[in-house]
Amino acid sequence: MAETLGNPMIRMPGSAKKGEVIEVRSLIMNPMTTGLAKDKNTGKLIPAHFIQTVTITFNDKPLLDIDWSTAVSANPYLAFKMRADESGTLQMVWKDNSNGSWTATSKITVS
Amino acid sequence: MKQMQRRQFLGTGVTAAAVAAVAGTGLLRAGNALADNVAGWPAKAFDAKELDAAMTDSVGKTSVPVSSKVSLKAPTIAENGGAVPVTIEVDSPMTADDYIATVWLFVDHNPTPLASQFNFTPACGKAYIQERIKMAKTDNVRVIAKTNKGELMASAPREVKVTIGGCGG
Repeated sequence: MAETLGNPMIRMPGSAKKGEVIEVRSLIMNPMTTGLAKDKNTGKLIPAHFIQTVTITFNDKPLLDIDWSTAVSANPYLAFKMRADESGTLQMVWKDNSNGSWTATSKITVS
Repeated sequence: MKQMQRRQFLGTGVTAAAVAAVAGTGLLRAGNALADNVAGWPAKAFDAKELDAAMTDSVGKTSVPVSSKVSLKAPTIAENGGAVPVTIEVDSPMTADDYIATVWLFVDHNPTPLASQFNFTPACGKAYIQERIKMAKTDNVRVIAKTNKGELMASAPREVKVTIGGCGG
């Protein structure tokens, strides 16, 4: 079965006032299989394939580090907050247990 | 950040090991995606099959006092256990001296109870997360938070009634 992988997306405001706490929402395509379920046609176990880490930085400084398990739903959605202290670039890097790595960035202007 | 340093350090060793493993079994594994844990991912805590073990391997203890500062929102009834929306928010000033450093999310009776671990920095402004998780059956969801000073606090456990379990995928 062909799975869509990757295609990471970030949604956040393009501008903010200094000190304002903004919300960042993100989405990425990944099957997030547990390794416990069987393929209905073949009866074989479907291997675990899931995103394990999300590393979020702002202007290359650590912001939020996430470790995920197979209990996170397929095509994981994630929302978090960030205090807008300076203009710059938010970067998110998702890595899965099959050597997959995806990066997305989004810019914000702080006044 | 400590976490970053650990990841970067481990990264070099694991990459070398992974390259060696591929070289040794290249023909056998050519058709398969290489399944390897990402460097720094806390496998022991995530592989634990009981709540107590998962908490010991992540939080460090199995009993944490409940605090009204830790908010966990989840639906009372979830028709689809494959995608249960949860919102976590911990009341904290999130300053360099006083912030929430780590939050763990557990589903008591999932095959592996630890669902997610979040490592915050003061730059987050708020210790806030929203995501969707899988639940095998009607069960309790709970959150443990740790401040930068090591103080632990828990949310009240929240029961979610699951109509169709989320372990098909």
